[in-house]
Amino acid sequence: MATTTKEPPSAGAAKTPRPPKKERDVQGSGRLSALLLSPTIMVLALVVGYPVIAAFRESLYKRGEVLDAQGFIVESERFVGLDNYTAIFSGENADAFWNAFYNTTFFLVVTVSLETVIGVAMALIMHQALRGRAFVRASILVPWAIPTAISGLLWRWIFQTDGVANAIIGRQILWTTDGFHAKLGIIVAETWKTAPFIGLLVLAGLQMIPREVYEAAKVDGASAFEQFRRITLPLVKPALLVAVLFRMLDALRMFDLPFVLIGPNKDSVETLTMIAWQEANNLRYGPAAAYATVLFVYIAVLAYLFVKLLGADVIGEARQQRKPSAKRKKLGKVSA
Amino acid sequence: MRFTPIVGVVVGLALTVSACGGDDGGDDGGGGTAKQSTEAQLSGRGPITFVSGKDTSGNRQKQVDAWNKDHPNEQARIIELPESADQQREQMIQNAQTKSDAYTILNMDVVWTAEFAANRWLTDLPKSQFDVSAMLPPTVATAQYRDRLYAVPLNADGGLLYYRKDLLDAAGVKEAPKTWDEVWAACDKVTKTSEGKGVSCYAGQFDKYEGLTVNVSEVINGAGGSVVDASGKPTVNTPEAKKGLDVLVQAVKDGRIPKQAITFKEEEGRRYFESGKLLFHRQWPYQYALANKKGTSKVVDKFAVAPLPGVSGPGASTLGGHNLAISAFAKNKATAADFIKFITSEESQRADLLATSQAPPNAALYDDPELVKKFPYLPTLKASILGAKPRPIVVKYGDVTTAIQEETYNAITGKTPSDQALSSLQTKLGQLIQP
Repeated sequence: MATTTKEPPSAGAAKTPRPPKKERDVQGSGRLSALLLSPTIMVLALVVGYPVIAAFRESLYKRGEVLDAQGFIVESERFVGLDNYTAIFSGENADAFWNAFYNTTFFLVVTVSLETVIGVAMALIMHQALRGRAFVRASILVPWAIPTAISGLLWRWIFQTDGVANAIIGRQILWTTDGFHAKLGIIVAETWKTAPFIGLLVLAGLQMIPREVYEAAKVDGASAFEQFRRITLPLVKPALLVAVLFRMLDALRMFDLPFVLIGPNKDSVETLTMIAWQEANNLRYGPAAAYATVLFVYIAVLAYLFVKLLGADVIGEARQQRKPSAKRKKLGKVSA
Repeated sequence: MRFTPIVGVVVGLALTVSACGGDDGGDDGGGGTAKQSTEAQLSGRGPITFVSGKDTSGNRQKQVDAWNKDHPNEQARIIELPESADQQREQMIQNAQTKSDAYTILNMDVVWTAEFAANRWLTDLPKSQFDVSAMLPPTVATAQYRDRLYAVPLNADGGLLYYRKDLLDAAGVKEAPKTWDEVWAACDKVTKTSEGKGVSCYAGQFDKYEGLTVNVSEVINGAGGSVVDASGKPTVNTPEAKKGLDVLVQAVKDGRIPKQAITFKEEEGRRYFESGKLLFHRQWPYQYALANKKGTSKVVDKFAVAPLPGVSGPGASTLGGHNLAISAFAKNKATAADFIKFITSEESQRADLLATSQAPPNAALYDDPELVKKFPYLPTLKASILGAKPRPIVVKYGDVTTAIQEETYNAITGKTPSDQALSSLQTKLGQLIQP
């Protein structure tokens, strides 16, 4: 309840002049905005649309691999339709694909869940007005600032046989060999690196929550846990969902960490991007593009579902609040 | 406005795809220059480029400067590629696919020759013009594809058996072992002495990467088998190949190869050897100087090198190293040919060895007393390279080495029995290698 009464003023005030204007020049502003947006759209078409379409086109072709009598490759590139796609799902590489698909999804679910929990905890700590707040914030963000390939190297030192990880647990585990422990290594390194990202976005969300809400809750006698559950979580949800969405997209295209930390061709950590790389590296650009396209579709579907089901709003709350805000404003005036 | 969040998502996705696919780099077209005559025309003089990985010693620039001083109208310029071999290959392939003349001379890993030659990305070098007779024959073999010369060896690399001389002496073993049985026998003796207590017997490069292909090929060659025979047919389902692979499988099983060696690449193994915990180590020549460095190494002056062991006699190393080739799409090929001759001449190679300690393909240098004094491992290395076998010279080398790693890694880690691993490898190689 506290949420609905407290939030509108700021949101509503900014939009007071809008509703009447909107009805008047629907067409004029539409044309103008199209004109103003056209350079952006053209740039997007060039840097986003073209590569996507070119990759899709490439995925319908296959390069010749036949040798002639002198041992030269007979150059040919033929249109194979959806063959590259059917080969992914039913050919002899299907096992590798499903394994990579499983790994990618597994990493997605496990790392993003862990990062969300740890990230929110970090944000709550960073949000407290401690004495060394600036220092704590900076130090929590350090892992995020390190390039992934470098952190992959760092963790490889930690996970090598005579490394720190084995020294701490007092047992000799061969982390970089194929097996579940390799997955575990990736999860630890990935969570370490990206939990601060969620922490940072959630912190921004926390700072938007007005103090008065908590004061009101305290007056009403809400416990700390109730405050967190009823106030903090709902109000920080938009920021949190955006953070999680970004992390999902990132986790699905995980490449450098398993590649550097564990190494290519190890089944237990092979992700979809690594298969695509492997194909491209062996000059099979058609199948590589097909893998990339499948991954693209997978990411798009997951992101769409996420946006639909949880209502994550990538560009802020403006759209959602436009309609209710008008009503609320009236209510607010009446009550005032 | 309803679709705006989706647009945002799509932007992210598109970057994803273009980042991981990276495959819209126009390899359509094709066929254009495919009709080159097989007898290459090395014509044209003028500026050239020398495309190579990172020049860590700075000696390459010195050599190029020397060339430029004498050839004011045929200047050479170094184009430095990233340190990783994969990335070097990638950039060279991209250059070839766009048929660009930006790259003239390519400094290529020995295992790329077949792939580049079969795609007609390299200029066929007339054997009459390039005298490779002074070079060690196995190194020249890596520069050839289907009996034609496509490159000139620049440096050579062969495996050596590093061993702890002090520990062998203490255990009363007079000579470095030549066969695997002798290796294990020597090791058993050493671990019984007080000095040799707790040392591990043997290690090489057994992580799942190119090093595993090298090590496995060596044990298979050392048992009289081969991965691919002279006619290009895969031959890993033979008793010899099994005998070779079983050397490693068995040694891992009974702990003579320590467990952690399965994670070893060159550097991990080197650190282990330098910490004094390893009796025998299969390694490249570069370890020699580093393991003799006071301060970081505990085995300074305590080790020596020998040729690799085999099953019933001396083993056979796998060849590493680099070759120089001329891009098929380059201009000024006559200048490029002269430059290659200049840089692979005995004199340049000698200077290069002194500056970079990279072994030359040139046979005479291995017997040069002054050089042997500085690099005591040279005679052993010469023997190693002379008995060496190249890795499979196949067009789809990337797939072949992945298949070898996949199957033999399973065998060494005990996931599949060695005969099963080898027969499934035979099937895979049969599909990948086209006669």
